[in-house]
This record gives sequence, C-alpha cells and structure tokens, in this order.
Amino acid sequence: MAIREAALVLADGSVFEGEAIGAEASVATGEVVFNTVLSGYQEVITDPSYAGQIITFTYPHIGNYGTAAIDDEASRPHCRGVIVRDLARRHSNHRAETGLDAMLAARGVPGIAGIDTRRLTRVLRDTGAMSGAFGTASESDLLAAARAERGTDGIDLVATVTTGQPYSFGSGRHRVVAYDFGIKTTILRCLAEIATVEVVPASTTAADVLARRPDGVFLSNGPGDPAAVPYAVEAISGLLGEVPLFGICLGHQLLGRALGGTTFKLPFGHHGGNHPVRHEASGHVEITSQNHNFCLDPESLAGKASVTHLNLNDLTNEGMRVIDAPAFSVQYHPEAGPGPHDSRYLFEQFARLMQDGSF
Amino acid sequence: MPKRTDLSSILIIGSGPIVIGQACEFDYSGTQACRVLKDEGYRVILANSNPATIMTDPDFAHRTYIEPLTWEVVSRIIDREKPDAVLPTLGGQTGLNIAMALFERGLVGVPGTPELIGANAEAIATAEDREKFKKAMIEIGLSVPASGVAHTLDEAMTVVEQIGLPVIVRPAYILGGRGTGIASTAEQFRAIASNGLDASPIREILIEKSIAGWKEYELEVMRDRADNCVIICSIENVDPMGVHTGDSITVAPAQTLSDVEYQIMRDSALACIRRVGVETGGSNVQFAVDPATGQQVVIEMNPRVSRSSALASKATGFPIAKIAAKLAVGYTLDEIPNDITRMTPASFEPTIDYVVTKIPRWAFEKLPGTSGVLGTQMQSVGEVMAIGRTFPESLQKALRSLEQGRLGLNCDPAEKQYAEMSDDELFAAVAVATPERLMQVGELLRRGASIDRIHDACRIDPWFLDQMAMIVEERHALSSASAESLSPRAWKRAKRLGFSDAQLAYLWGSTELEVRDARERAGVVPTYKTVDTCSAEFAASTPYHYSTYEDENEVRPSAKPRVVILGSGPNRIGQGIEFDYCCVHASFALRDAGYETVMVNCNPETVSTDYDTSDRLYFEPLTREDVMNVIAVETAAAGGVAPKVIVSLGGQTPLKLSGQLPVELVAGTSPSSIDLAEDREKWNALCRDLHIPQPPGGTAVTLAEAEAIVAEVGFPVLVRPSYVLGGRAMQIVHDREHLARAMAELSGFGSLGKEGGLSAERPVLVDRFLEDATEVDVDAIRDHTGEVLIGGVMEHVEEAGVHSGDSACAIPPQNLPSWVVEVITTYTASIAEALDVRGLINVQFAVAGTSVYVIEANPRASRTVPFVAKATGVPLAKVATRVMLGATLAELRVEGLLVDSVLSSGAVAVKEAVLPFNRFPEVDTALGPEMRSTGEVMGFDVTFGKAFYKAELAAGTVLPTEGTVFLSLADADKPAGLVVAKRLRRLGFGIAATTGTAKYLSRFGLDIDQVVGKLSEGAGNTAVDLIASGDICFVINTPQGRGGRTDGEAIRKAANVHHVSSVTTVEAALAAVQGMAEQFGRPLEVRSLQEHHGR
Repeated sequence: MAIREAALVLADGSVFEGEAIGAEASVATGEVVFNTVLSGYQEVITDPSYAGQIITFTYPHIGNYGTAAIDDEASRPHCRGVIVRDLARRHSNHRAETGLDAMLAARGVPGIAGIDTRRLTRVLRDTGAMSGAFGTASESDLLAAARAERGTDGIDLVATVTTGQPYSFGSGRHRVVAYDFGIKTTILRCLAEIATVEVVPASTTAADVLARRPDGVFLSNGPGDPAAVPYAVEAISGLLGEVPLFGICLGHQLLGRALGGTTFKLPFGHHGGNHPVRHEASGHVEITSQNHNFCLDPESLAGKASVTHLNLNDLTNEGMRVIDAPAFSVQYHPEAGPGPHDSRYLFEQFARLMQDGSF
Repeated sequence: MPKRTDLSSILIIGSGPIVIGQACEFDYSGTQACRVLKDEGYRVILANSNPATIMTDPDFAHRTYIEPLTWEVVSRIIDREKPDAVLPTLGGQTGLNIAMALFERGLVGVPGTPELIGANAEAIATAEDREKFKKAMIEIGLSVPASGVAHTLDEAMTVVEQIGLPVIVRPAYILGGRGTGIASTAEQFRAIASNGLDASPIREILIEKSIAGWKEYELEVMRDRADNCVIICSIENVDPMGVHTGDSITVAPAQTLSDVEYQIMRDSALACIRRVGVETGGSNVQFAVDPATGQQVVIEMNPRVSRSSALASKATGFPIAKIAAKLAVGYTLDEIPNDITRMTPASFEPTIDYVVTKIPRWAFEKLPGTSGVLGTQMQSVGEVMAIGRTFPESLQKALRSLEQGRLGLNCDPAEKQYAEMSDDELFAAVAVATPERLMQVGELLRRGASIDRIHDACRIDPWFLDQMAMIVEERHALSSASAESLSPRAWKRAKRLGFSDAQLAYLWGSTELEVRDARERAGVVPTYKTVDTCSAEFAASTPYHYSTYEDENEVRPSAKPRVVILGSGPNRIGQGIEFDYCCVHASFALRDAGYETVMVNCNPETVSTDYDTSDRLYFEPLTREDVMNVIAVETAAAGGVAPKVIVSLGGQTPLKLSGQLPVELVAGTSPSSIDLAEDREKWNALCRDLHIPQPPGGTAVTLAEAEAIVAEVGFPVLVRPSYVLGGRAMQIVHDREHLARAMAELSGFGSLGKEGGLSAERPVLVDRFLEDATEVDVDAIRDHTGEVLIGGVMEHVEEAGVHSGDSACAIPPQNLPSWVVEVITTYTASIAEALDVRGLINVQFAVAGTSVYVIEANPRASRTVPFVAKATGVPLAKVATRVMLGATLAELRVEGLLVDSVLSSGAVAVKEAVLPFNRFPEVDTALGPEMRSTGEVMGFDVTFGKAFYKAELAAGTVLPTEGTVFLSLADADKPAGLVVAKRLRRLGFGIAATTGTAKYLSRFGLDIDQVVGKLSEGAGNTAVDLIASGDICFVINTPQGRGGRTDGEAIRKAANVHHVSSVTTVEAALAAVQGMAEQFGRPLEVRSLQEHHGR
C-alpha cells in the first residue's frame, strides 16, 4: 500500500507530519480534541457527541482488535476525522468483522497516522481545544482551512445528529421517552433493560412528549455547546416536575440550563475512561467514562439542585439532583461504551424514581 | 478516612534472598513501604535476611533485623519489638507464608497479638488455597477451568480421570510456579503430580484442565478500606498460556482486547479482589481468554504486591507499593495525591501513551542438564523492560537491553545461528516455548513464512506477529538503502521501529559510529517523552523518561551539575541486586552532596528504576548508542555542559561501556586503568612490577596456545574467559581432553559465543589452579590523594575453586593469621595505587600455606559491597561515589559520611549464597568455579558458628538437631571429614556413609550406623534409596577432584529432590558442625542492625 503523505495543521500554526488513512480527504477540518482511552476506539469514533470534532487518540496503537458493527454507538460516525500515532495493519480478535482503516474509508471518515500525538495532546492541554485541519493538501491550504474552521462554540450541532423520526427501542417494564441529542446505542441498551424506549427528535416539545404518557423522560448526551440548543432547554423546562427526568452529559447540561444554571467551556474538556468521580452521598469513588467540553457551574444552581457527584481531578460538577422535582443527571457516561461499568446503578436509580418517586 | 492513629509500630516482613520467582522487586516494594510508613510517623521494624537490599539499610527502618526469615525467628522479633501490626503483603510469597505460619500458631492476627494489615489470614487463605479460591470464584459467577484438588497421588489419579488430559498441576502456597507442570500423558501426570505434592508446603495440588494456547492477561488491582477499587495496569502475554507469566514476554497495556472484553475482565477482577477480601493494597488477577470465542476464565490471584506489581508500577508511573503501604494504614485512594500530577488523586486508573515490553532473562547455560524448555514453572533469573511508542520499538529496545548478544529482532551477527535450520525445523522449534522462540519467529518471518502458519505453530497472537513482520519488512527495505541515501522520513521510520545504529551498521557493513554520524547529519535524533500516568492529559513533574523518535523532547533544562549513573541491567547470576544497591547509594550520596542525579537502567525490578530514587530516570537499554543519547540530551539540557558518568557501580554492564564513552566524562578510575586490570598481559606486568605473586598462567585464543601454557604450569588449571562476571564458563581442568573440550566450548558458537566469542581482545585465561587454597576477598576505596580505606577483608568458607559468589564468607577473617591479613591489605593498597584507583576496588587473593597470591583485581564495585557495608556500618558505596567525584576520604570523615567500622565489637558476619537447585532437579548441586547462586543472605552473631548457623537457616539449609547424617567424601576431604564425623557423634547424631568413607572413618575408631554400597555396584540399598527413605537428616557429599559425576552426583541430586539439607564441601561441613555445636539447645538470639552498629 502506497503511503499518502499528509499533514495536520492547527490554527496556531503548529504543523505535524503524518500519512493519510481512512477516507480520502485533501482537507478535513474540525475542533481537535484528544481522548485517553486505551481501548474503545470504535465506540468513540461513532459517538455522535464528537460531531464537529477531530479525535486524537493518545494511545499509539489504534485498530488492534478491528471493528464490529455491534460496537457502533450510532448508525454512522459524526466526527470530522481521526488522528492516531499508529493504525494497526492487521487486527486480531474473534469479534472483529473488519479493520479500522477499512471501516473509516467505508464510512467516510478521514484520518491521519504517524502523528506525534503526545506533542499534540500537550499543545491541546496547554492552549485548549483548537481548530485544525489535516489532509494531503499543502500546509498553507491546511493552515487557512484551520483558521477558517469555526469550532463548536455557539453552534447547534445537535440538529445535525438527532433522529429525524421517532422510533422505539427495547421492551422493558417502564415507558421512557428519550430525547435524542446524539444518543449512544449503549445508553439505549441500558435503558432498554428497564424500559420500553421511545426515541424522539431533539426538537420535540414538552407537550408532545407528555402526550406519550411516559413514566420518565431521558435526556441524552450529544455534541457541542448546550447554549446553542435553546429549544431543548425550553422543552425540558416544560417537563420538570411533570415527569421523572434523567440526563446524561449534554442532557445534564441542558437540565441545568433549564433550571436557570449556566454552562462554561472547560479548558480542554474531559475525554477518557479513567476519571475519578466521587458519589457525594456515599463517598465512594467511581471510575468513569467522560466526553465533554462544557460544564455546569454548580454555583448557578444553588438552591435549585444539589451536587451529587464531583470530579476529583479538577473538582468540576459531575452530577446533580433537582431539589423540587424528580430529576437527576450526571455529566459523565454511566453507560460506559467505552469505559468502566462502575456507575450503571444510575439506570436502576432512574427505574426506582419512575417506580415510586424515590431516589 | 484518615490514617490510623491506633497503630504506632509496624513490622514489615521482607522477602529474603533473591531466588527465582522472588527477586529485587520486593526490595523495591519494601523500600517504598518502609519510606512511606516512616514518613507517616510509624515506628518501622523490618525483618529481612538479605543484606544486598536497599530496604535493610539502617536508615530505612527504626529497627532492621537481618535475620533468617522463619516464623520462629520472626516471632522472636515480635516478642522483642511488640509491634502493633504486621504488614505481610509487601514481602512476596515469603512474607505471606510467614504471616500465615504465625497466624496458625496464634502469634499474629488474633486478639492480644499484632494485627495483620493489608490482607488478613482469611483473605490470604482464600487466594492461596487453590480449592477455596476456585469455590469463591464460582460463587461470584466467574468461570474457572475445570479442576479438582488432591492431597495424595491416589486422589490425583481420581481427579484426572474425571477431568481428562491434558491437565496442569498447581501446588498450593508456592511461588513462581514451583512444582507446577502440564501433563499430556498418564505417565507425565504421575510424575508431575507427585512433584507438585512435594512442592506444596501443605501437600495440596490443584489439577486443572489445560488451556495451553489461550491468550493470557493480568490486571493489577488496588483496593482501599472504603471499597474503592481501581485497575492500575493491564498486561497481555505475548507467550500464550502454558508458559509461566514470569517466563513470558509480556506487554502493557493489553493490545488485542476490545473494550467490551476488557470491561468484562475489569468487572471480574474487581469482583475477585472483593470476594477474596483483600481489604487494602494491591493484588493481581490472571485471566485466560479463548482466542476463538473470547471466553474468559480466572486463573489465579495474588493477594499481595507481586513481580507484576513492580512491572505495572514502572510501566505506568503509579507507585503501587507506596500506595499499598498508605492504604494499609487507613488512607483511602482519594485522600492520596498522585505524586506525578500532584494535582489529581490516586483514585484513578492510569492511562499510558506508549507500549511497555518485558522480556525475561534465563541462565540455562549455567545449569547443564536443564532442557531449556519453558513451562508453568518459572525459571528466569531476571528481566528487562523497555518503553517505546509502539510495540516494535519497545520490543527491539527490550531485546538489546537483555545483553545477550542480540541487537534486536534480527539484523545482527547472531541471526546467522539459524541459517542451518530448515523451515520445517524452525516451525517445529517455535511450537515449543524456549528463550530462543521469539528470535526463531523472527527468522521465519524473514524467510517470508505466513503469519497464519507461524501463529498455528506457536499460538502467539497474529497482531504481535504482524508487528514483528513490520520490523522484518523494514529490514528488507533498508538493506537496499544506505546511510547516505536515507531521507529523514525514512531514518525516522527505521528508528521508530526500534532499529539501533548497530543493527543498521550490520546491515550496511558499516560501523555504528558511521551510522550515527549519518543519522545525525540527517537531523534524526531521539526525543525523550515522559511517563506520567495520564497520557499528557495533565501537566506532570515526573522526571521519568524514555527515548523515541518523535517531534518533541520533554527533558527540562536545569543548570545544576549533574552525574549520570549507569545501572546494571537485567538481573543475572553474577550480577544482581548488589549492584543496584551500589547505584542507588551513589544516587542518594550525590543528591545529598548537591548534584543532580540521572539514572539509566532497564531493569523493572529494581529500586534504581523507581522514579523517586534519582533526579531523573531514563528507562533505557544500556548500550553505547542509548547511553550516548542520554549523555547528549543531558548535555543539551545543561546548556552544553556534559555530565560526569559513573560506570563502576553497576557491575560488568556499564564497565564494558567505559571504553566507548568520552574518556573525560568517566568519573572515578579512568577507563585505561579499568582496561589495565582486565587486560591479562598488562595486569601480569603490573603484578610483576609490584612483586605480588600470581598463580602462573597466560592467555590463549587457540587450543595450541592453551596447551603451551599448561606445558609450563602443569595441571590442574583454571580456564576462564575475560570480561565476564559470575565465573561464566569458568572451569577447573585436570587433563588434556578436558582442556580441549573447554576451549571448544569457549570458542564455539555456544552460549558464550553469543556473549562475544573469542578474539585477540577477548582471550581465554589459563592459570595454574591452586588446590586447597583459602580464598580472600577485599573491598577497598582509594581517593585521589592516595589514601586507601580497607572496607573489609572476607575469608571464604569454601576453598578456592568454588566461585566466590557461591561461597560463604566471613568478616572479619576467622582463620587467617593477622600477618596474612596485613600482607593482603598491603598488596591491596599497592595495587590500588598502581591502578590509580579513584573509588572502589575489589581484589581477590588465594592463600596457600604461607603464600599469598593475587587472583584478580577489579577497580569497580563488587558483589560484596552491601554485605561489607551492613557488617561494618561503613556506607562504602556512598563514600566511594563521593571519592569518584573528587572528595577525599579525610573530607568525608569530617563531613560525617565516613565513619569507623563497628566490627571490632566481637561480632561476626557470615554471607551465604542461595542456590537455585530446588527448581532444577536435573542439575548437579556440587559447587564449582561457575557461579550459580541467585542471591545471598547474611547471618550476624557473636561467634562464627552462630553466625554461620543463622546464615544457613536464612539460606534454607536447616541444620538438624537430631537424626542420622550421611557422609560420602572425596579422598582428599577424608581427614577433615573425620573431624566432622567425630563432632557429629559428640552431638548425638547417627552416621551413615558410603563404603569407602565408612572404611576410612572406622579405621579411626568411629562407629558407622549404616553403610551403603555404590550405585554402580547395584547394591540393594544405595545412598539414593537411603536418602529417599527419609531416614537421613543431613547429607555431606564432596565431589571427587576429577568431576566425580557418578555416585556423588546421584547422591546430591537425591538430597535436592527429597529436600534433605546438604553441603558439598568439607569446609562447609566443618562450619556447619561448628554452628550446630554452638547453637544446639540454645534459643536463636535476634539483634537489630542498629544495635550491632551501636546506633
């Protein structure tokens, strides 16, 4: 296989040499972020929350165990590209159906390999998530593209990933309506264990949701800036107090905004599978899967919600319970996929809340 | 939960001597624990018999007991010190077994006795008792291989009928897989099961359906008392199930598990530690995975810090032992800061952005008779670890770190050794796990064999094979290029796959330095990345680096004067923990003196590779290229000022590099002096000038030259290669035929050939062998003013001819007239002067009658430096390091670093070697000039007899108090043997002997209780039968001068197999009876090092 020389250029002018992988692209642009998981690349690449972003994997060998359709987190990837140090030439695992390179090419995701991903991560850590461009085009074209890229702030990326039509998933005991802001398949699987899930588009109004007479409403994860989806915040306001609510990630931020709270952008986000989160009620530490750039300001929620979970690395908010309504949410990903299973009890907690209103 | 205030003193049990399966990783963990608990304000009491450890330095504990590690002795320490708690989980299997023995006797872990912290007796029993463990795992829904437990051979046969062959046999409460094996036939099963029952201290074996060929994984888990659990590291074995993890090439993190599978494994590991009930600390859980279906089964768990924990700590930067010690005293993970990021807590799971490869190192060449086949019983004596950004890079770095003549996977002169093998032979060879397998796989790949076919033969995962194939393909691509034609991108690609300059030089028929020049002209130099536990997500201040070929270098500039200390590489017989001790001491001494210290080493088991030990750690191979690169980056970081380099504390490994480094950088004794001592001709001339007698001899490259020397000096001669340590291939030769054999072995492409072969620069030394001489070792330090400090004069127990590393020795000398000691110290001083030594020198002498001969001098740290330091209280390695950097002994006395020896107080210290024979029943246990011991212990007491008794006990040789002693002596040993026998009689022992020995002894009026005939005579009751019968409590068997590999060998092997203590020299027998006489009927007194040193 001939090597296609390529480069990655960041908006600050940093240049990284590598070679093109995956789908053909002379220029691919997006907000460059990094993820520190050691395994779970396919789940990350297909997670709709990465819409608008180029994902850098800090672990150098990516693609070792191939890909399997069952590990997809959405029907198609929404990320703008993938940056790796080394893409496996041959994969090995009994679950594998196809190699990562072939999967990327088939699904239109361009990538670049051979990159000093550690240097890149250090740049992103120090300056924050940054726009970038990579591909086989000239460095000057790439730099221009990187500078022209708008990033994710203030952009409604949810609209680009949400389902067009409502659909149903699973056949559990409860009846849950799930807002699809970019919902992951693993979340659906976890919900399906406790409920029959009706997935609805992000723009669905509170009235439409309530008309479905749900036992509970789930607010999903999703990409980008929570401030850019005011319609969702409005709908959630209409649901608060009417029906038990459970939110994850973007759903957590939107619930916070519906309570009147504010969100802010983290310097470089949380993207990994090893973040310690303390469950404040028990003092127990959970190792969690995380993927977010924005964060709720807990002070803005004083009197409206209590903090239930805290990130021990940077002490940012990881979870809350609404004081006057049966609603709770977490910033991290209790469903994992990829990541540890320490926090799956939250789905049971949602079931209890729907069952008898208790936490 | 904050730390416990109800405890004030804690006893830590160390792991004792270095043995196969339990090496210096427990010095690393124990040292961390001592430090942590002392810092936390606890009174720390330490028990460990191994004087070569850092942890037994008197500074690391309040009370340090270098005493035998038996439950009886530890209980005496408990009586004396009355600790509130005992921490048994940091001293390996030894620590756990002693804790369990004490618990069973109601001495710990029950009300009114010290509490067991870290793991309680119930948890230890659940993890260690195979049957309990299996039940517990089934109870929590985890799969285990079909199995059954047996306590007798009959039970075992019943179990195997149910399960069906093949099966694996695992004894309970053993370490390093001792006594385990895979049986495919009923006959094999009978042998392995009975061996396994013998190996288990409770005569229990688990018989398990064999899943050889499955993939093998290990997870390192930590748990705190609030039940927070984290995984520190996942490890994947390149060698599939069937090879002991300690003997497997392993890689971190796991490479071929999908996240779905990994998370299931993680859940299982957490469930396992919770069910077993390890309350706090680290454990490891091993899994096997069926590659065809992904089915996972739990194999075993260790409820303690282990060899894998040390590897995981070095692989991730997460200090497992240190954290385990904090958890044991009550902290929770979220209360402990991650000392790398400092801003984040320890309650997280490290994530890494590089690949770590560990490769074991074996010593089969020193153990004739062994098959060299790897199995479920660990046989390796050391290991290396390498870090690269990718697996190929880390693999090739690890291979060159091994120092076994290989520069990488191929592309070196040694690759030719497979040229004669056909493809079919190679395929057959790789089906069997041996130390050579990986290289044979490399050869098959080079010949273009398909990955699938190789996988079918060896079961190594195709991903690993494909990564290795990338190395081979790059080699093919490079072979048609040249140093001048390579583009910077192409250079970088080769270096990123781990190719060393020396490999490229081989490929291009050029020299390493020419390749280096061309590469540097192309602008391709290594970059150094940081090990930070978090893949750069957070800023880290860890000074822990590895080289790779990337864009960015992370070494921080600093203006302080710096010193690079070159470590000793992988542990091997002859070069182990003693040298790590010296390097670590150098680092401590220089840090105290205001230098910035830089450590370079590749051994993950050591204290030197703890990132806390030095100001900066480079986890790198100890080759010229890698060391020059470190010097270059350190020079650049210091604004162009080159660091000083210490080459004389890490044994032969860094010493061999001394001539290849810029001469002005070498601290201490100059490379030319080092060469003067190593070069036989120059050394002989020097001794002649100094009028110091040497045994006559010369150097030879050919047999004819060797014969010419013998014609002059006469037989017997000592034949040995130059530039080796540990008596590698050293032989005592009595006749021409043996001489021819010895020369052929040395010059052939045998194991030694791999280590360099013979040449005019590396000839064989042939010297007259002095029979019946006493060997004496001296460690001394000379400073630049010419003052010489004699650190210690050690008299060996075994006569010259037994390698000094395998011989017991005493300090101060017990039998040498004071004038002889004076002659020896005078000779030592004049040799040190003549070599212009700056730092340590070790000189070996042989004393025969009134003659004192010098055998050899080594201007470097010796194996005995830590022992002498412990015995005398003088920190020799620290003093020597300062002297190397220019301080004088007088200055160091004023400073307080150099203190007077405390050994004048009537104490005697005995060092005894610990030999690996219990793992190799096929090997003759007779001692000889080739060193085979893996470790050492020290006995310290008021008389030689008592100290020797302790040393033997510590080494595992239980000197009996009653019963029948069996004697079989070489003719020359019979007079001394008579004295031994008479003393044994006086102590009330019965005597059994072989015909010849019995005849001799009875001639002097000694009654013999039982006489047995020679094996060769086919007598009904042979010595072997007698030993096997269990009626013998002690065996004294000395080999005949000329090999005597007949009856004697069978007797020694029988003693080894049946666990009857034995000695193989008459000198040791004399010392043993003296020990028995002095210790008989008296309680063993324990005393701390601090008391010995009067501090």
